[in-house]
Amino acid sequence: MHTLRISNGRVIDPSQGIDQVTDLWIRGETILGLGPQSDAHADRVIDAQGKIVCPGLIDMHVHLREPGREEDETIATGTAAALAGGVTSVACMPNTEPALDSQASAEFVYLQAARAGNANVFPVGAITKGRQGQELAEIGGLVEGGAVAFTDDGSPVVSAEIMRRALEYCRMFNKAVLSHAEDLELTRGGVMHEGFESMRLGLRGMPAAAEEVMVHRDIILAELTGGRLHILHVSTAGSVELIRQARRRGVQVSGEATPHHFTLTDKCLRTFDSNYKMAPPLRTEQDVQAIIAGLKDGTLEVIATDHAPHAPEKKMRELDQAPNGIIGLETLLPICVMSLIEPGHLTWPQLLEKLTVNPARVLGIDRGTLKPGAKADVTVVDPKVEWTIDPNLFRSKSRNCPFAGWKVRGRASTVLLNGKLKYPANGSE
Amino acid sequence: MSVELAAPEPKTVMWTRRHLLGLEDLSRSELVTILDRAEQFTEASQRHRKKLTNLKGKVVVNLFFEPSTRTRTSFGLAAKRLSADTIDFTTGGSSLSKGESFIDTAKNIEAMGIDVMVVRHSVPGAPLLLSQHVNCGIINAGDGAHEHPTQGLLDIFTIRRIKGRLDGLTVGLVGDIAHSRVARSNIHGLLKFGAKVIVCGPPTLVPQSITRLGVEVSFRLNDILPRCDVINMLRIQFERQRNGLFPSVHEYAHLFGMDSERLKLAKPDILLLAPGPINRGVEITPEVADGPHSAILQQVTNGLAVRMAVLDLLCGHSPMEE
Repeated sequence: MHTLRISNGRVIDPSQGIDQVTDLWIRGETILGLGPQSDAHADRVIDAQGKIVCPGLIDMHVHLREPGREEDETIATGTAAALAGGVTSVACMPNTEPALDSQASAEFVYLQAARAGNANVFPVGAITKGRQGQELAEIGGLVEGGAVAFTDDGSPVVSAEIMRRALEYCRMFNKAVLSHAEDLELTRGGVMHEGFESMRLGLRGMPAAAEEVMVHRDIILAELTGGRLHILHVSTAGSVELIRQARRRGVQVSGEATPHHFTLTDKCLRTFDSNYKMAPPLRTEQDVQAIIAGLKDGTLEVIATDHAPHAPEKKMRELDQAPNGIIGLETLLPICVMSLIEPGHLTWPQLLEKLTVNPARVLGIDRGTLKPGAKADVTVVDPKVEWTIDPNLFRSKSRNCPFAGWKVRGRASTVLLNGKLKYPANGSE
Repeated sequence: MSVELAAPEPKTVMWTRRHLLGLEDLSRSELVTILDRAEQFTEASQRHRKKLTNLKGKVVVNLFFEPSTRTRTSFGLAAKRLSADTIDFTTGGSSLSKGESFIDTAKNIEAMGIDVMVVRHSVPGAPLLLSQHVNCGIINAGDGAHEHPTQGLLDIFTIRRIKGRLDGLTVGLVGDIAHSRVARSNIHGLLKFGAKVIVCGPPTLVPQSITRLGVEVSFRLNDILPRCDVINMLRIQFERQRNGLFPSVHEYAHLFGMDSERLKLAKPDILLLAPGPINRGVEITPEVADGPHSAILQQVTNGLAVRMAVLDLLCGHSPMEE
């Protein structure tokens, strides 16, 4: 069997509490082990001196748009973007057309991902049929088709009764329910965070309360049912505090932060640039600080991108008419470096925990670890390399990225999937 | 603020802007430049009532994506008085229904050879977006609830002509502040001139954060009326707001409408403005609208002079030749 040695890197594996400069050995499709391996001979050596060697990153919040909106992204282009960003596994959201609400649709995702041969794709099933919020989807069938969690993301589950039953029913499969927390009455017509900036710009606002009332509702329902709840894209200080308090009470709730919500604020909308329009919206500096505090104290366990591609002709519109969302797979690492590592908010092991073992635990997938015998998904990160973000060079089909032109540090230099070199594509480092 | 009040009126400055997108961006000197130029056009139009040639050979297009009668007519006439060629392009959403984007529509019109585009759009920031995609000058003629700079200018111009000054005056903006582009342009302009601004309306129509702009907030018109030198009665933006922000038009008129009874609380020389089109009997009763304190029709006349001034400055014309 083919044996690979990644030599002299700083190996960080939060799943085992490892952070040391050593060699990582891979045999065939799996991890062989760390350090000197007396009985192994490397067929190939990748020099990782000065670099970080970690489990392949997991982005548990990605919109791949296929089926139905292939002009924005496909499973093939989205997973190519993932690899370029150092991400070996993505969980794709079910707000496709048709929605991922049946066993067949989940199996279709696996089929297309296998055809593309890029990153692993784990489908997240819809909670309700057609994401209509009316009746539960066939959650059991979806689980058999490989769905790893459940959400109506893109929309909230408006009915508290349906959310309650979803949390209860998913206990049977030990799957998490991922909540897109938004009170649609309070956000109706809104294009940005409601506050001083929206008032000044004359843009209709979405108050922080619209998120927080739903976060609170879902926490209470998780408490009632004993279900496992994950709050997607936490964007307000109030939501962070609600999750913190609930975890102290022992509620099974985890929270997720996106790079844009801990990097940008509603002041960005002064440019009226639709690349700053997303749901939930960019909030204030206090909210940014609260999210960072939540990442530091562990309230927010997961970092995910909410990669939401939109073709340029749809996104480059008047602000009211442009769709919500920004892409994030190819800027995930450098934005985390800029906002979390360089200011000293998180150490590399703390950051990588939120990008590997924690999302793997929420989704219940056997990835995000370098334990011997595990699937050899490995990302080598050059933490110091400087580069300028140019969306025109992205593998993603879309360009709705607000970080264009930013000078950043850190990016994936080598990515392995099941022991095979996947990035860079031509095999050179 | 006291330093600002004591400072002498700044001199007219060289005009360098190609676009007029809002009053927030403009300096006090630039505002003075526009008002002084408008003053010249007012005198000129009163003396001769004939065409000036400042914009001869220039093409001005009214590009309106939202209905308007007065602003569109005022800009059209202002351009004609300066001898510009004018085109009216009102879409009413027709190009959008054909699938053409708003930017493509503007680029197509610009390709016909346009010097200035006067743009009205229901979405805040739409004129700014256009200014990034076309090469001609852009005048914002109202973008959603964001700004309506020429309306703000003509309100300020009217106050300055009638009151003889702006600094030290107390101006009340009454009504639907949340959805009003006129309120925002007035606030940005008036504060730069050292006026005190009070915004007044029900809390559902007055954003809490507006105090951070440096204005006072009141929910009781009767309380602020005795302190105001000027009251600007804003129109309820029935088309821009969602339902349920106040219980009924009847109750609104009772609490915030200006009638002759309420007017007795005001200073004897109170000046009443309304950006129109007014909802008669809602914001203001007919006898007050047509009464001696009202400058509603002067506002319309002054609007023409202000828009001539803005067009003239944007087309890069040097100081007026006699």
